[in-house]
Amino acid sequence: MDLTLDFPKVKAIVESYTEKVDSLIESYAGNKEQLISLLQDIQAEFNYLPQDVLVKISQKLDIPLSQVFSVVTFFRAFTLKPRGRHLVTVCLGTACHVKGGQRMVDKMERDYGIKPGETTEDMRFSLETVNCLGCCALGPVVVVDGKYESKMNPDKLDRVLRGYK
Amino acid sequence: MVEQVRKLLEKRVESAAELEKLRQSILDKKDSSRTCVSVCGGTACRAAGAEAVVDAFVDEIERRELQIQVELKETGCHGFCERGPLVVIQPKKIFYQQVKPEDVPEIIAETVLGGKVVERLLYVDPSTQEKVIYEPDVPFYKKQTRTIFGANGEIDPTNIEDYIASGGYSALSKVLTGMKPQEIIDEVKKSGLRGRGGGGFPTGRKWQSCRDAEADIKYVICNADEGDPGAYQDRAILEGNPHSILEGMIIGAYAIGSHQGYIYVRNEYPLAVRHARIAIEQAMDYGLLGENILGSGFDFKVMINKGGGAFVCGESSALMASLEGKIGEPKAKYVHMSEKGLWDSPSLLNNVKTWANVPLIINKGADWFSKIGTAGSKGTMIFSLVGNINNTGLVEVPMGITLREMIFDIGGGIPNGKKFKAVQTGGPSGGCIPEQFLDTQVDFDELTKLGSMMGSGGMIVIDEDTCMVDVAKYFVEFLKGESCGKCTPCREGINRMSEILNGITHGKGKQEDLDTLEDLAGILSAGALCALGQTAANPVLSTLRYFRDEYLAHIEQKKCPAGVCRELIQYSIDPETCEGCLRCLRACPTGAITGGKREVHTLNQGLCIKCGACYDVCKFNAVIRQ
Repeated sequence: MDLTLDFPKVKAIVESYTEKVDSLIESYAGNKEQLISLLQDIQAEFNYLPQDVLVKISQKLDIPLSQVFSVVTFFRAFTLKPRGRHLVTVCLGTACHVKGGQRMVDKMERDYGIKPGETTEDMRFSLETVNCLGCCALGPVVVVDGKYESKMNPDKLDRVLRGYK
Repeated sequence: MVEQVRKLLEKRVESAAELEKLRQSILDKKDSSRTCVSVCGGTACRAAGAEAVVDAFVDEIERRELQIQVELKETGCHGFCERGPLVVIQPKKIFYQQVKPEDVPEIIAETVLGGKVVERLLYVDPSTQEKVIYEPDVPFYKKQTRTIFGANGEIDPTNIEDYIASGGYSALSKVLTGMKPQEIIDEVKKSGLRGRGGGGFPTGRKWQSCRDAEADIKYVICNADEGDPGAYQDRAILEGNPHSILEGMIIGAYAIGSHQGYIYVRNEYPLAVRHARIAIEQAMDYGLLGENILGSGFDFKVMINKGGGAFVCGESSALMASLEGKIGEPKAKYVHMSEKGLWDSPSLLNNVKTWANVPLIINKGADWFSKIGTAGSKGTMIFSLVGNINNTGLVEVPMGITLREMIFDIGGGIPNGKKFKAVQTGGPSGGCIPEQFLDTQVDFDELTKLGSMMGSGGMIVIDEDTCMVDVAKYFVEFLKGESCGKCTPCREGINRMSEILNGITHGKGKQEDLDTLEDLAGILSAGALCALGQTAANPVLSTLRYFRDEYLAHIEQKKCPAGVCRELIQYSIDPETCEGCLRCLRACPTGAITGGKREVHTLNQGLCIKCGACYDVCKFNAVIRQ
């Protein structure tokens, strides 16, 4: 399953970032315990963790590939699939839950056909959920590309998302 | 001379006396009559637009050339998140709420230059309709005891000199110049401080066992992997006063003989990470961290590790596994982390709030600390008061305050005239406490007696529109996703509980399900490897204990009394009140509503997916949910 090859555009980005990847891995060389931080830095660059980069990490840091994969699949912060152009994160912390946060997830599934962890076919949106962003006063909270949208309801979500093409 | 200049440039403080000199020189430079505008820059206020307010102040101050008269400060979280963005004008502490960038020129003209109050930005006490001018008089703050959290509103967290000016690092210089490590531990023991991360283990005892463990290398860890949904006080301290945590950690390290520390912080808290990083760099520059701290010969370094978003990593052994770059699976607890933790070395792990208490105890003494609180729980606790409550925010109160005081006096009660139903404390390991226990004193032991727990201080208020079975299901679903899968009782037990609860909320519940749930709870608490599994059934058990009738309504009558469980409710349109305004018709995603303008609308049950969109938009309460 080589996901990177399915997405020519993403592949081009990966290639243009090869240098960046190498320097990131280099800065952690010999620091096996910093694996999680390195993976976070890589994901911050690409929005996801390309598999060939994981192989490279395994070789450079001398960590078995199986262990790199176990870490990547254990923590919810990591994803092996490329994400869409816009990341929609719905907070499902308790405060947002009792104020109806789940309805934003339902709305995304209804209107865009994506569940948490999935991406629309046109790569416009990826949907993620988070267990609390600590903005409980503003709940239900939805974050679109890092911008916090407060006191959401399905109708308002619709209006917000129209601004992201 | 050259040497002196070099030192000045390096800012390094070489001794306790030099630290005092530095403190004095910072204070001398400060003009106490100078107006200081402090804008809350916590995550919630930022999300509400605080950064634009800061920019507006910068522009306005520049435009009017007031840089000398007015100091602008972006501080950490003030706590009253409901009313953000917050602006406090020091030294008088004039309190403005929900400030917008366009209000800024008026604040500068009227308050800063004119000495007058801008009435419309003041907080209005809903119970008396009176406007409150000064921050300490706001009812939300009045009943609080802000020993740890108070400094948040005064300090620019990115400027170490602010912290030093407020007395920062004096506890560190006190221990390095005059206290033996054992004396520090004795003081912490005497204070009665208990771990603020959840379990409430006596902090002094933990420190002692770590000191007594024989090893060349020891570690000190700050647990800032605040994963409890609905709790964010640890983030607020790390964002707003990171040096207080560093100071606590250095003191702890000196007490147990450690030279390397870690802050393990959630990746979802980017601002906390940034501020902690700046604080470490500045403390290194000032010689308060690193080699030969304050010329004492003691070395200590701190690194930041960002978590990967796994709730279980708040558990000590899982956190340490994750620090080692492995997956965060807990270990069995017959070996204590304080003896054999990170890389098998003795490791002292404490929560953010616990560390923040340490400098206070050293400075003010164990006797001062132990005067606050109840017999078994000393000091203050910071709670995040969230959910269906008027004054959402962070509150610091002495242990022993009643739930009623917290929810109604500080929290301002339940919004929209709804009735209070329960308060959920302790996160996914805690439980729901119903109305009859509102006068319970909040401390570690009392909450445990009620089948809940203190946890890390989340307090989620639940009103009558919330279904308690759904709340239990919410936590079980949460834990199902977060169980690491290492031990069978947790992995399988929580799954079974989730299936049963899903059955009940879908109208497929059976009477015996409730017994099975209780059985599973017993197995989990006896058999699971770590606290995540052992306490996983608490939300179910406490709701079963206090809200059994709601479970029975789901099972016997196939009804959800609160109108939440989708399979058990039905929407309809009341022909008497419907005005035929077309709003619901337009909002319906499936075309289940028909009718014309000024005609009574009808809802086709066959097409309805129960999304509630019609209920939300109706202005005439004509959509009925039952």
